[in-house]
Order: sequence, then C-alpha cells, then structure tokens
Amino acid sequence: MLKILKYSFFDLMRSRWSYVYFAFYLLLGIVLLFLNNDLSKAVITLMNVIIVLVPLIGTIFGVMYFYNSKEFTELLLAQPLKRSSIFLGQYLGVALSLSMSLILGLGLPFVFYGLFKSNTIWDFSLLLITGTFLTLIFTALAFNIALSNENKIKGFGYAILLWLFLAIIYDGIFLMTLVLFEDYPLDKLSLIGTMLNPIDLSRTLILLKLDISALLGYTGAIFKQFFGTSFGLIISFIMLIVWVVLPVLRIVFKAKKKDF
Amino acid sequence: MVSIQNLYKKFGKNQVLSGVDLDINSGGIFAVLGPNGSGKTTLIKSVLGMVIPNKGEISVLGNNIKNSSNYRYKIDYLPQIANFPSNLKVKELVKMIKDLRGYTTEDLRLIELFKLEPFLNKKLGTLSGGTKQKVNLVLTFMFNSPLIILDEPTTGLDPISLIRLKDLIQVEKAKGKTILITSHIMSFVEEVSDEIVFLLEGKIYFKGTISELKTKTNQPDFEHAIASILTDNHA
Repeated sequence: MLKILKYSFFDLMRSRWSYVYFAFYLLLGIVLLFLNNDLSKAVITLMNVIIVLVPLIGTIFGVMYFYNSKEFTELLLAQPLKRSSIFLGQYLGVALSLSMSLILGLGLPFVFYGLFKSNTIWDFSLLLITGTFLTLIFTALAFNIALSNENKIKGFGYAILLWLFLAIIYDGIFLMTLVLFEDYPLDKLSLIGTMLNPIDLSRTLILLKLDISALLGYTGAIFKQFFGTSFGLIISFIMLIVWVVLPVLRIVFKAKKKDF
Repeated sequence: MVSIQNLYKKFGKNQVLSGVDLDINSGGIFAVLGPNGSGKTTLIKSVLGMVIPNKGEISVLGNNIKNSSNYRYKIDYLPQIANFPSNLKVKELVKMIKDLRGYTTEDLRLIELFKLEPFLNKKLGTLSGGTKQKVNLVLTFMFNSPLIILDEPTTGLDPISLIRLKDLIQVEKAKGKTILITSHIMSFVEEVSDEIVFLLEGKIYFKGTISELKTKTNQPDFEHAIASILTDNHA
C-alpha cells in the first residue's frame, strides 16, 4: 500500500492543482493576517472559509482523481497487489496531499507572523486538525461515490449534491426543525443533529474553542456544557474518526466486488 | 496450469459467460477465439481477478484465485488497449512496474529489441498507438513468469515489430511457458497457436488443434472453418 501511496502522492504533487490549492491558502493566510493584524480574528475568518471550502475541494478532487486515474488503476490491478491496498493507497495519496497543501499553505504565513509566541496556537491547531479531518472524510466520501458510479457526470453530480447537502441544506433543515418544534426541549436533538454532520461538528468545535459561545445564547450554553468539557471534545473527535472510518471501510468493501 | 470450472458472469442484464469449463495444461500456446462480445476479454480478466465472477471457480497453478493476489506474480498480462497514465514518462512507468513487481534486467534488452530508446523520456500520452503497444509488450515480457496472457497483442504493430513479437512468443514457448492469446487476426493465430479455444455466446464451443477444427467443420482452411462456425450459429 505504501508504494501505491507514494506514486499517487508524487503524481499529485506534480500536478498543477496541488500548487494552486497550496497557493490559495498561502495567499488567504497572508491577506487575512496583514489586513486583520489580529491572530484570533484571522482564525475565525479562516474557519468560515475552511468549513465550506475544504469539503468542496476534497469532494471534487477525490472524484476527479478517481476517474482520471482509471488507467493507472487498471494497470495496478493486473499486478500482484491487493485491491484494498491499491484503493487505500490512492485514497491516502489524495487525502494526504490535500491536507499537506492546507497545513503548509495556512501554516507558513502564521508561523512567520509569530504564531508560536501567541496563545492562539491551540485554536489554530484545532483549525488545522479539523481541516485535515474534513479532507479525510470528504475525500473518502468522494471515492465512495466514484466507485459506485461508472458514469463520470453522474459521479460529479452526486458529489456536488453531497457537498451542497452537508454544507448548506442540512443546516436549513436542522434550523427548520428547531423552529417547528420550539415548544419542546431540543437540547439533545440539536446535539445529535450537530454530531451527525461532520461540517457542523467541526464548526461547533472551533466556535466553542474560540470562546465566542456567548454569542450563541441559550443553545450556546448547552453546547458549551457539552463540547466545552473534555468528554464532549473526546466524543466529537470519536465522531470525526467514525466519519472517516465508515466511508473508508466501504471503499475497501466496494473495491473488492467491482469489475474492471 | 489454469483450470476454470462452471464460470458465470453477468454485466447488468447481459450474460457474458454462461458456464465455461476450461483446462489449460502447462506449456504451449493457446488461442482464445470468438466473435465480438463472446466473452474473451471477460474470461481473461476473470483469470486475472479483475472481473469477479458470479459463480464458478478458477485456479491458477493449483491455487484457487479467490481473494488472492500473490498468484499474479506468476502471470504476465498484456492488456487489450494500452491505456497508461498519460503524464508518466516511459522510463518512469517501467521503473514503477519494476518497483511494484520485482527486479529484472530484461527490460533493457526488450527496449532495444523494439527500438524504444528515443521514446524513453517522452510522456505516454504523446506516444502513437503502435509505440504504446510496444511499451506494453516490454512491460509484459520483462518478467519471467510461467503464464503469459496476451489480449490482442498485434494491435497497431508494424510488420517488423510483429515479426519480433512472433519470435518473442516462440522463445517464451521454448522455455516451457504457457501462453494464452486472444486475437482477431486469423493468420496470426494459425501461425503461432498450438491449440484453440472457441468461445460462442459465453460457452466453449470448440477446444482442440486447428486441424481438428478443419475436420470438424469440413473446411480446407482455418479462416473458413471459423467463418463456418459463425454462419452455422447465426444463420
């Protein structure tokens, strides 16, 4: 698997898109820091960008890479390699190169700005950790979609829909449910609802870490009570890991049964 | 060498293989023939584990291939259409396959044989169909495996390369290897193969030598014998 990972990774490292992605984050980091002149505000703005953009790039890139490397995959399938290592290697190659673009692109400007001397370093690390998790999750979901759809256009369509649903529509439905059932106690429901969407989960995690939960009112207090504790933090990370593991397991399972 | 029992494969509603039983002994050249869509490539891909059969068993060198991948060390496979990652250079591709499969020095000899030196630093996407096929041949023949599977090996080759390919096949046969070929070029099949397997509508219609086929169909030459099978079954 490591060999496949190596080839996929270097293949992507040579592609223009990795640099574009890297340069984008580099630019974003620099602009935010020098316009804001305030590390913690920059972190909040970054969060808003990351929460939406990372899943989108992960999904699109994952689907695109899978369809584009069809020839490479077929070449590998005739070699004495396990199917699970071929697909996991490719998945990790994509996910890791995207994560690297993110971490280096955002990390470098912040390091030069003096991140290590500031106390926002933990907030910033949390941002990068959730960003990496989101990349892992959405690339895995994209691979699932691509594995199940031979038709590229359909695959891309489903991938965009998935992103749209989790990034935007889910929140809408969630909000409507809260409004509709406002007479009932909703603490548990909203907690669970947040847990079930990796984007919401990441956003809540970061917001509460940034200590601006006071802005969220009553719900914020409940959330703070839950996510603010180390128990809540651990549960949240377990949920994120589950969100990675389940799609990855399905990749392995689907790949074993597919015809090429 | 290869033993296939009761193999079934369906793609959607399209039943491609319906109960193939085939035993291929060690040594010699076997040609798998059949009209378009008769399941030749599916059969070969099933042996390679690229297509997962719905039913049936396949064993290669006495080992059941289900859920196994190491048996592919014993197989050299030439895919039908040479689709390679287009942003890789020829040199890098050869190096990668060697890295994945093991060490060999045969590649240098084969690159010289097919006169591929000028293309080593070119990207695969820029090569012509015939040159790609030559690269494909180098990748297939550079390992010394007991079973060689060639899916349409003659595609796009110029006459000189074709002669070299035939020589190469004969050299490998002399080493006692088993070679499985599919082709639509009947003269090529007649020239190289010891035995033929004729697939029709997902089943084995005929297995034997070419002279046996001629007697069976009462035809003086091989091409007409094949044609007569097809007309008798589609008329």
